[in-house]
Amino acid sequence: MLEIKNLHASVEDKEILKGIDLKVNAGEVHAIMGPNGSGKSTLASVIAGKEDFEVEEGSIVLEGEDLDELAPEERAHKGIFLSFQYPVEIPGVSVTNFIKTAINESRKARGLEEMPANEMLKKIREKSELLEIDRKFLSRSLNEGFSGGEKKRNEIFQMAMMEPKLAILDETDSGLDIDALRIVANGVNKLRNKDNAIIVITHYQRLLDYIVPDFVHVLYNGKIVKSGTKELALELEEKGYDWIKQEATV
Amino acid sequence: MDLKEKLISSFLAFENNVDLDHPVHEVRSEAIKNFENKGFPSKKEEAWKYTSLNSLQKVDFSIFPKEESTLEYKDVKKYFLHEIDTYKIVFVDGVYSSYLSETTHDGVDVCLMSSAFSKPMFRQVIEVYFNKVASKDESLTTLNTAFSKEGAYIYIPKNKMPKKPIQILHLATGNEAALMLQPRNLIVAEDNAEVQIIERHQSLTDNEVFTNSVTEIFAGKDAIVDYYKVQNDAPTASLVDNTYISQKDSSVVRVHTFSFGGKLIRNNLNFYQNGERIDSTLKGVTILGDKQHVDHHTLVHHRQPNCESHQDYKGIFGDSSTGVFNGKIIVDKIAQKTDAFQQNNNILLSDRATINSKPQLEIFADDVKCSHGCTIGQLDEDALFYLRSRGIPKKEATALLMYAFANNVLESVRIPELKSRINKIIANKLGVRVGFDL
Repeated sequence: MLEIKNLHASVEDKEILKGIDLKVNAGEVHAIMGPNGSGKSTLASVIAGKEDFEVEEGSIVLEGEDLDELAPEERAHKGIFLSFQYPVEIPGVSVTNFIKTAINESRKARGLEEMPANEMLKKIREKSELLEIDRKFLSRSLNEGFSGGEKKRNEIFQMAMMEPKLAILDETDSGLDIDALRIVANGVNKLRNKDNAIIVITHYQRLLDYIVPDFVHVLYNGKIVKSGTKELALELEEKGYDWIKQEATV
Repeated sequence: MDLKEKLISSFLAFENNVDLDHPVHEVRSEAIKNFENKGFPSKKEEAWKYTSLNSLQKVDFSIFPKEESTLEYKDVKKYFLHEIDTYKIVFVDGVYSSYLSETTHDGVDVCLMSSAFSKPMFRQVIEVYFNKVASKDESLTTLNTAFSKEGAYIYIPKNKMPKKPIQILHLATGNEAALMLQPRNLIVAEDNAEVQIIERHQSLTDNEVFTNSVTEIFAGKDAIVDYYKVQNDAPTASLVDNTYISQKDSSVVRVHTFSFGGKLIRNNLNFYQNGERIDSTLKGVTILGDKQHVDHHTLVHHRQPNCESHQDYKGIFGDSSTGVFNGKIIVDKIAQKTDAFQQNNNILLSDRATINSKPQLEIFADDVKCSHGCTIGQLDEDALFYLRSRGIPKKEATALLMYAFANNVLESVRIPELKSRINKIIANKLGVRVGFDL
């Protein structure tokens, strides 16, 4: 589904990603771990098309199509979804109206009619139940005054509504208490299927107890320095990142 | 003959049509003398540095409309907030239109300044309030005072509240090639009274209109006054809007100014706090394009302890439009425990647009909380990326963010239908077409 080859990206002439190779197949969950400043969030932003980053070398290919020239919204229309570490507050636009707009813009781009109102309502109800989201919450202004947990739950709600092919969850566990973490992870697990893929970016093993990855990669200094299965995450939890750093410098 | 000379010589003609024995006439005579001395303000004056009235002074304005015009309601309906029932005081080319209006004397007085000036029953209120808070020094205010004859007169006695909001609408038909209007409004809410007022100036053609308006508002103890100014006029209409507000203990006065259209707008909004525990709110949304110019000059004078003021002005400037925000806060030595807040945020959409923003704080008390902030910038790139990553195209995402930027000023609008009307105007102005009613 997604193939990243030798990806180099920089911001203001500072190279952050220094040759990433990653292949994600449909039905898989990949975890990307690593110490602070290793380039995890940059990788997420670059895949989603943030224009602050300059791709110097390499390619990102989604289902055979090179994403290089595509704007963030076009990538969204192709089925890429990024759950933000710090979602933005949009006063005056309700969660419901925002998600309706997002869905219908994507449908428009794919040459589809707007989703009929009753179908939209049904879907909103179904997905908000999945994430244990209250009705009142949906009429509040997007992210305005939301707690950390509400913001993250809202991100996953949007993911559930948009049904992306590839979802990237950037530090979705940060700022969550254990109950919120369980709800969010449970929601993500129910959205997993053989046709989509998920990249989970996290600093800690904690989230991976709930969203169990097929593969774990360690990002350090802009490169993937180690890949393995879920046992690697446990090893990191136990030993910390220092041994990875040492191995990488050797 | 320039406009100043024309106005001064017209004063004689004006005197033929008013009661010279009425005490108000002495006030008018004093006022025309002041205007004669001062003339129109020039850019040399600090307060008028960024707003020039020079081009207006070259226009040959009619001072008095020649004929009475009639308008059909259906043709002007869209300028009313017609979704709800309201009292209406409507003027066509400066002349009261009884046909389009709905006034009342049922417990409250919602009627005309001309009646208030002429009828003995209103004489006492006029003596107590007329020209008592308006400046006797500022030249355009005194010009208006000199010609004060017609406008809205609203008197809400103690503990009363009108059954519905009041709309004041000034329509200009274009029957004159160029018309100058000088409405004079007096709003009195006695102790514990409450009133909601919407005011709008609307020119119906491309003929030039210059309005120099003065409104005096008095809020008694515990009174609540909400005043909404809708400025979405034709591109050939200019407005100088002078508002003077006097508040007593524990009163609340909120003025919202929505500036979306017109050629030149100057708002002089002055609050005087003459009591304790007063709450004064000044909010504005300005969205301009073309060569439009809007100048907000605000003054909040904290004269007593334990009062608050909240100012929040948002501006979005496109094309070659220009904006000015000058927010002056004076805290007298006696006014301890004042809480004064001022915020002015601006977005420039074009390299040719200009904003001049200036907070002016004069604080003489030592135990006060005064904060002010001003930003001028472009849209938040991270927010834009967030929206785009959800599949919303750049243009729509930009419009949505600008809408969100302006939106929080609307939160304190207490008439839902007005709020939704303003929302629609904003959405239209910004080109937000996102498939739902904002």
